[in-house]
Amino acid sequence: MFENLDLTKLIFGRLTWDAIPFHDPIILGTFAVVALGGIALLAALTRYKLWGYLWNEWFTTIDHKKIGIMYIILGLVMLLRGFADAIMMRLHQAMAFGDATGYLPPHHYDQIFTAHGVIMIFFVAMPLVTGIMNYLIPLQIGTRDVAFPFLNNFSFWMTTGGAVLMMVSLFIGEFAKTGWLAYPPLSGILQSPGVGVDYYIWALQIAGVGTLLSGVNLLVTIVKMRAPGMSLMKMPVFTWTSLCTNILIVAAFPVLTAVLAMLSMDRYLDTAFFTNDLGGNAMMYVNLIWIWGHPEVYILILPVFGIFSEIVATYSRKPLFGYTSMVYATVVITVLSYLVWLHHFFTMGSGASVNSFFGITTMIISIPTGAKIFNWLFTMFRGRIKFDVPMLWTMGFMVTFVIGGMTGVLLAVPPVDFVLHNSLFLIAHFHNVIIGGVLFGLFAGITYWFPKATGYKLDEFWGKMSFWFWLIGFYFAFMPLYVLGLMGVTRRVSHFEDQSLQIWFQIAAFGAVLIAVGIAAFIIQLVVSFMRRESLKDETGDPWDGRTLEWSTSSPPPPYNFAFTPRVHELDAWWQMKQHGFQRPESGFIPIHMPKGTWAGIVLSGISVVIGFALIWHMWLLAGVSFVALIGTAIYHTFNYDRDYYIPAEEVERIEAERTRVLANV
Amino acid sequence: MSENTMTADANSTQDGQLEFLVKGDHHPQNGTLLGFWIYLMSDCLIFACLFATYGVLGRSYAGGPTGMELFDLSLIAINTSLLLVSSITYGFAMLQMQANKVKGTMFWLAVTGLLGLGFLSLELYEFHHLIHVGAGPQTSGFWTAFFALVGTHGLHVFFGIVWLVTLLFQLKKHGLIPENKRRVFCLSMFWHFLDVVWVGVFTYVYLMGVLP
Repeated sequence: MFENLDLTKLIFGRLTWDAIPFHDPIILGTFAVVALGGIALLAALTRYKLWGYLWNEWFTTIDHKKIGIMYIILGLVMLLRGFADAIMMRLHQAMAFGDATGYLPPHHYDQIFTAHGVIMIFFVAMPLVTGIMNYLIPLQIGTRDVAFPFLNNFSFWMTTGGAVLMMVSLFIGEFAKTGWLAYPPLSGILQSPGVGVDYYIWALQIAGVGTLLSGVNLLVTIVKMRAPGMSLMKMPVFTWTSLCTNILIVAAFPVLTAVLAMLSMDRYLDTAFFTNDLGGNAMMYVNLIWIWGHPEVYILILPVFGIFSEIVATYSRKPLFGYTSMVYATVVITVLSYLVWLHHFFTMGSGASVNSFFGITTMIISIPTGAKIFNWLFTMFRGRIKFDVPMLWTMGFMVTFVIGGMTGVLLAVPPVDFVLHNSLFLIAHFHNVIIGGVLFGLFAGITYWFPKATGYKLDEFWGKMSFWFWLIGFYFAFMPLYVLGLMGVTRRVSHFEDQSLQIWFQIAAFGAVLIAVGIAAFIIQLVVSFMRRESLKDETGDPWDGRTLEWSTSSPPPPYNFAFTPRVHELDAWWQMKQHGFQRPESGFIPIHMPKGTWAGIVLSGISVVIGFALIWHMWLLAGVSFVALIGTAIYHTFNYDRDYYIPAEEVERIEAERTRVLANV
Repeated sequence: MSENTMTADANSTQDGQLEFLVKGDHHPQNGTLLGFWIYLMSDCLIFACLFATYGVLGRSYAGGPTGMELFDLSLIAINTSLLLVSSITYGFAMLQMQANKVKGTMFWLAVTGLLGLGFLSLELYEFHHLIHVGAGPQTSGFWTAFFALVGTHGLHVFFGIVWLVTLLFQLKKHGLIPENKRRVFCLSMFWHFLDVVWVGVFTYVYLMGVLP
């Protein structure tokens, strides 16, 4: 029976040398740069003997603060990749008119727009949002870690594992050419026989495990671990929006897992979920994926609403206007986000009544969102506003997001949508809310909490440069797309005949270049701030005169966050403590119970990446072996009962005495 | 002074000043059971998607065999009873655990595992039979949805058994320490959850499937 057994095929599956894109100078060039950079990085790590430090202090850590920072680094690195895709598309579209074909062949262009969408949503926005939640939630609710510290580490590495597969697809094989949601039948095995869609599926499945578990983790953390006295209506707004976000994650990501599993069964086992024949139904995929997809956009925007709320209150030096209405608006958005998914495909043909139902629910969502905008405005009203960089981002957001929201309400009208569906108007709309909302908010949040995480502030000048280039660049890049969309230009097109359109694409490309400068300014800001960290130092732990508990501890906080658990009496707990002349205790410290680091997260994730890679290339032997290894490692890990330790009282005393000394010098 | 011994006026000190710190050790509540329950609910959503898919494709026979022709309700009846009884035996294991009897707990867990294994064997037999008579997952949208839903449930039972065996070793090694009790509790939720899902499968797929 072994006669037909082809050993090469069993081991390597369909992976051959043809999978390496030697013939494509752009990819090969990128590969050379990445490889050289990677080698230089590895050499530097070895040269300065940092491996042990990285492994012990970062990779295996279960400290929510370090995991949060690693998420943010992951998100920023992937932002560069995602933006590289974006600017390639912009430049290509500005050139590819008439006889000029541009510099990207169609099959490459298709991969780029797919990769751009997937990366920006799953590996930029999600890690950044999760990272900030991870870092802040325990600090804001006055606890020492998340509910499941090991799971937190595991979640991070699974997200990273997905990102690794995503990056591998650039150099080995190809990525999906289907658009970021991979609709069948295009993503089915008949139309996409290559490995692209398989990379898409397994990158998202692996990262999805991380996202789901992190959602469960943070949800339980908020529900169970709040400091004594912090009732739900005394939680900081950011924690509230994070609570709703994590509910959305837990209630939405399983749908993505299920629908991608069905798609992979169609591709691997020849089943008939979404096929054109044998009674399959492709529209079921579209429905299911948007039942995940619509809540997903609220998963991204809700925490950012929380970030803006914290920033507006702090920099206006007033309590947030309408805290209660803010909370209810958030909850209403959470619920409504499940009732609008069909507006992504009004053209499916579900009839006037169904379309109007979903059109109306979509428009209703703008009401709580509008309420939030008014809350922020009224917080600023008669406040003593400081125009620091986070506040600039916030105001840029308020203007930009309202425009994006209004075009969204336009698209919510089904007859209008029939005209604008799949056009560049839609592209302009969602970039308007995702860049103008999510991304601006993330930059605002990073700038705002940077001193908390590192102990020094970010440089003002380069922060302002980054802000203005992003803001102006955004308008240059996307306003032309509204015009083009209204003229009927569809999305995902790599070549145009009508020369009169070219000027708009050239303006958009100019905008993308401005955004590139904005990103560069952000990187320069990081470097400059690091160089000037002594003069930008924050020794108080409370550089902005903040209101919530994270500002009550040192910058950066000690491993245990709080030497004593805070007791909360009202909203803006730290503000109240300051008003009451709160004195830090300087003695009487006790040992603190903490979780131990573990290797299991990074190892399990590494094995998962191997499984994903093996399945993508049909290396059945490797897939089987590594699957058994995965289960075995997971079981082995459960036999480890030694998962916590105490920080001795003397150690706490030493750290706190150091802080007392620093505070005395301020 | 731990959180349990706090009195109502622990919020302020003697002289009426607000107290802003918990002076002493403070342990938040353990969230494992809540967390596991939330995980189960997210798992439930995966089943919800599969049920919905079955609802959409449930009559797409593409000219192939139908459920009415091929479902063997007496086999399913035996299968269902095995799984339902396994939930009762898991309940016995929980009672033994509450009485702190490690041997009894392990015995009833083992019985539960065997019943689960019986369920799985019958299910595999059923799948084998169906594929043999020409109703495989590739036959039509209907059979695709059927195998996906029932198979996912079966896969869950399989991993439940793997977990159960692991837990038997851990009980043998460490006895009924709090960590193990928590694990037995979580697996209990998992096992009953699979039972509830099966009641849905039984009703929606098999009973309604044999209706004309």
